[in-house]
Amino acid sequence: MAMKVYGNGMSVCVARVLLCLHEKETEFELVPVDLFACHHKLPSFLSMNPFGQVPVLQDDDLTLFESRAITAYIAEKHKDKGTDLTRHADAKEAAIVKLWSEVESHHFNPAISAVIHQLIVVPLQGKTPDAAIVEENLEKLGKVLDVYEEKLGKTKYLAGDSYTLADLHHVPYTYYFMKTCHAGLVNDRPKVKAWWEDLCSRPAFLKVSPGLTVAPATN
Amino acid sequence: MAGIKVFGHPASTATRRVLIALHEKELDFELVHIDLKDGEHKKEPFLSRNPFGKIPAFEDGGFKLFESRAITQYIAHEYADKGNQLLSPGSKNMAILAMGMEIEAHEFDSVASKLGWEQIFKNFFGLTTDQAVVKEEEVKLGKVLDNYEARLGESKYLACDHFTLVDLHHIPVIQYLLGTPTKKLFDERPHVSAWVADITSRPSSQKVLL
Repeated sequence: MAMKVYGNGMSVCVARVLLCLHEKETEFELVPVDLFACHHKLPSFLSMNPFGQVPVLQDDDLTLFESRAITAYIAEKHKDKGTDLTRHADAKEAAIVKLWSEVESHHFNPAISAVIHQLIVVPLQGKTPDAAIVEENLEKLGKVLDVYEEKLGKTKYLAGDSYTLADLHHVPYTYYFMKTCHAGLVNDRPKVKAWWEDLCSRPAFLKVSPGLTVAPATN
Repeated sequence: MAGIKVFGHPASTATRRVLIALHEKELDFELVHIDLKDGEHKKEPFLSRNPFGKIPAFEDGGFKLFESRAITQYIAHEYADKGNQLLSPGSKNMAILAMGMEIEAHEFDSVASKLGWEQIFKNFFGLTTDQAVVKEEEVKLGKVLDNYEARLGESKYLACDHFTLVDLHHIPVIQYLLGTPTKKLFDERPHVSAWVADITSRPSSQKVLL
């Protein structure tokens, strides 16, 4: 039976999982969850993820949540097909992939998600973006991208010379970010820009990006 | 052989996360003290070890890493045959472990660290605790701990029936919170309380306390 992913293609965290499934050429069924109707807060959903968030993965008797745990599971289960997303064959290489995955999780994600929350989610709630929060987080994001610019001058991808989960996890938020008026943060850094354009050329990306339909409020 | 080195501070929660893992694995290592007051972590040569300027950084015979949870995972895999088992075999068990580590990082730590900062670390810097923030963050932590209470009713530890990295990652910040009024949130939930008592009484947890 194919894996089931509960969530919607426009959700960043769901898209992370979908990218991984496509990179691994794995069949799956996407089961939509109506977030605007708060279906993710119903007992039937909370029994799968008590934190009430998408995505959730079901694979036979296994139920998983947290997108980066799901991608790690998919990458490991299907390590012998598709793209090698974890460099599982070598402990030290695998550790470097985990390191840059942690960087995405703890340095990149907090800053970029705060910007996207203000520019895309807050207007959907009928409120005005907080410019101070945007500015503060753009500054943090800029510093992270400075580190990336230096790293990508030495290696083609963040964890080395091949595409891994460390790169993949960045894609959905960056895609939305590039639709805002702050895309210069990426475009003004030549190595980061080249890396981003490479990530956008991957077949898996071309399958997932049409689902990333939310747009920033005009700004 | 160059051996294992940890570049950090003995009071730092992220440094302690790595030290506890090394003790669990009964590995020898050297703690190289980074002077945070002097900003040593924001200057060379430390920045070459971690361009984000945060402790800890790690080295194992020339192999270099940063990010405490990447380091603990490396230790757990590389030294799988030594000391205590910190992982769980099989891809589904490892997935549950990965999920538990993500929950600690994204749901628990973001809130618990704020409570540690407000109530303990701010005092080191002569700043005042913001009780409004404490109150707000305790509400959030309570909700996370409600989920943990349910989980620990089914399983002795968070990922499975033995201690793993998932439990370990929580220890340093919990140790600090036990010294604050936030302790009540753990005490009020019987399964969480028993789990906290268990993980903080492990010899490796005791070794990192000053």
